[in-house]
Amino acid sequence: MTRTFNRRIFLKTSAMAGAACVLATPNLALGATGKVVVVGGGAGGATAAKYLRLADPGLEVTLIEPKKTYHTCFMSNEVLGGDRSMQSIRFNLDGLARHGVNIVYDTVVDIDATGRKVKTLGGLSFDYDRCIVSPGVDFDWGKTEGYNLEVAQQMPHAWNAGPQTILLRSQLEAMDDGGTVIIAPPANPFRCPAGPYERASQIAYYLKYHKPKSKILILDQKSTFSQKLQFEKAWSDLYGYGTDNSMIEWQGSDQEAGVVAVDAANSTVTTSFGDVEKADVINLIPAQKAGKIAFTAGLVDRKGWCPVELMTFESAIAANIYVLGDSAIATGMPKSAYSATSQAKICAAAIIASLNDRPAPVPAYLNTCYSVLGRDYGISIAVVYKLAKDKSRITKVSGGLTPLDASPLTHKREVGYAHSWFDNITADIFG
Amino acid sequence: MLSQYLKKGLLSAIIITGITGLSGIVVASGARPEVMEGASASMLANSCAGCHGQNGASNGPAIPSIAGLSSQYFIETMTEFKSGKLPATVMDRIARGFSARQIRLMADYFSAQPFIRAKQKFDPKTIAVGATLHQKYCEKCHNNAGQMAEDDTGILGGQWTPYLAATMQDYLSGRREMTKKMRDKVERLMDARGDEGLKLLLNFYASQQ
Repeated sequence: MTRTFNRRIFLKTSAMAGAACVLATPNLALGATGKVVVVGGGAGGATAAKYLRLADPGLEVTLIEPKKTYHTCFMSNEVLGGDRSMQSIRFNLDGLARHGVNIVYDTVVDIDATGRKVKTLGGLSFDYDRCIVSPGVDFDWGKTEGYNLEVAQQMPHAWNAGPQTILLRSQLEAMDDGGTVIIAPPANPFRCPAGPYERASQIAYYLKYHKPKSKILILDQKSTFSQKLQFEKAWSDLYGYGTDNSMIEWQGSDQEAGVVAVDAANSTVTTSFGDVEKADVINLIPAQKAGKIAFTAGLVDRKGWCPVELMTFESAIAANIYVLGDSAIATGMPKSAYSATSQAKICAAAIIASLNDRPAPVPAYLNTCYSVLGRDYGISIAVVYKLAKDKSRITKVSGGLTPLDASPLTHKREVGYAHSWFDNITADIFG
Repeated sequence: MLSQYLKKGLLSAIIITGITGLSGIVVASGARPEVMEGASASMLANSCAGCHGQNGASNGPAIPSIAGLSSQYFIETMTEFKSGKLPATVMDRIARGFSARQIRLMADYFSAQPFIRAKQKFDPKTIAVGATLHQKYCEKCHNNAGQMAEDDTGILGGQWTPYLAATMQDYLSGRREMTKKMRDKVERLMDARGDEGLKLLLNFYASQQ
């Protein structure tokens, strides 16, 4: 532990020594406000790039992203339920180009923190004064025996939206009435803590009206999950949860239900207890870690996530590199798209302050997530955060969950707000 | 089956209460970390944009635009969300995270932003009737065809009408309290024209684009 700490301090100090040299370069000396390279065009990266340009139109902002179209993971569960089209969750970076962001479709393969250069698979090299890394999550395939990229074509994770979402939906459509769906959520931490349970609800919603004899079995690595009481209440209200005829069954780590191995040929999973469960559709959501480039650039800790200064999102390991969204350890905040956008705006303001030799502004964080669990039935989590004075954690100052005694009208309105939330957050990110 | 759930729910509720109670004691003893204060108006306002649109201009339809509202109206609304006086789904939970000073900062920020009239469907044939109803029942306070943002009145003309409809639903059900002046006018409107009258009014507000 001491060694890691020393290494971080060393890296940061040496990178900062590098920074002192760069300050003397003509670029900044001539009064240009600076160059920022953003790695990753998802919720965090795209928002940061846009808000940098909104705050300082003199800033040269380059965003590097491999994919020309982006499918939001948020709301993709409604595609599984059948109420939403793939087209409605598909976005591109044209809006950012209109804000003057240079868009480069390429894959970043290396970040040279000392020389302040980002290099791509296509052979391009970009100098930066500040670099933002927002690569989302990568999967830790090795945590589930027998599960890999190839098997995911048979047992989709659908935890990056796109072809995987379509595959899982088509498997649900092809399944006979009376079939079994297994959802296997990962251990903490992972992207979108409520996501697997919203997914179970959306699949139940589809099955209730089309294949009512079918069952969903959630085999969880955890002993509890986000908004558990709210989900269980909804499942009870909508899908018979708690009765002999429940469409959804949840088993957690207390029952040693976490999936440790899969057998694609036989369409079975094995739990940590040793039970072998067969299903018609298996949605295995793998364990997660920071996106690949965070590893390549040496921005991760031993657990595979990126430690950051919570006031600015600057890496605790490398100076002038900032990490946002799912890859970052934003102690106190969940890994969600809204969190990523909130962090991106704080980070953009901090970078502008730092380029102008001003102290980082006092941050204000917020997260609001909706889950749509069935017809006219939504729930939400909304939390306002402030930074602890000692900067050790992002602290909840108010907020919470939909009350358990919420009226049907409240649940119905939350669906309307969920859909408006989606339209607004995607416009805020990409528009 | 329901009783089974209720038992479970009750048990969980007791556990939760227990935990909250415990953490309450911890808070009282000062273990909750002190937080950094002093976020700027734009920093605070940016955190709203994910739901209410960039600079408070909502893409709707259920979530209202908050750009261009009168500062007084914004402050009163947030303060009443905070106290629980206004019916809410999430805004009560969120408003409690902001001090009176922060609410004032956000109010001044958003009142200085341009109100963008919503692009929404309307029936051109009934605009004139709606305008007459507005003139008779609403214009006295909601000036300029409901577009005025002054004092304690919200913007109606060009606001998202599904939001306005939900707000009227709250007023009419008694979940939200009307001022005496408003109650008199609304009662007269409902007596004369009923739900149809409300629809005509909303159509008039939607037509302002």
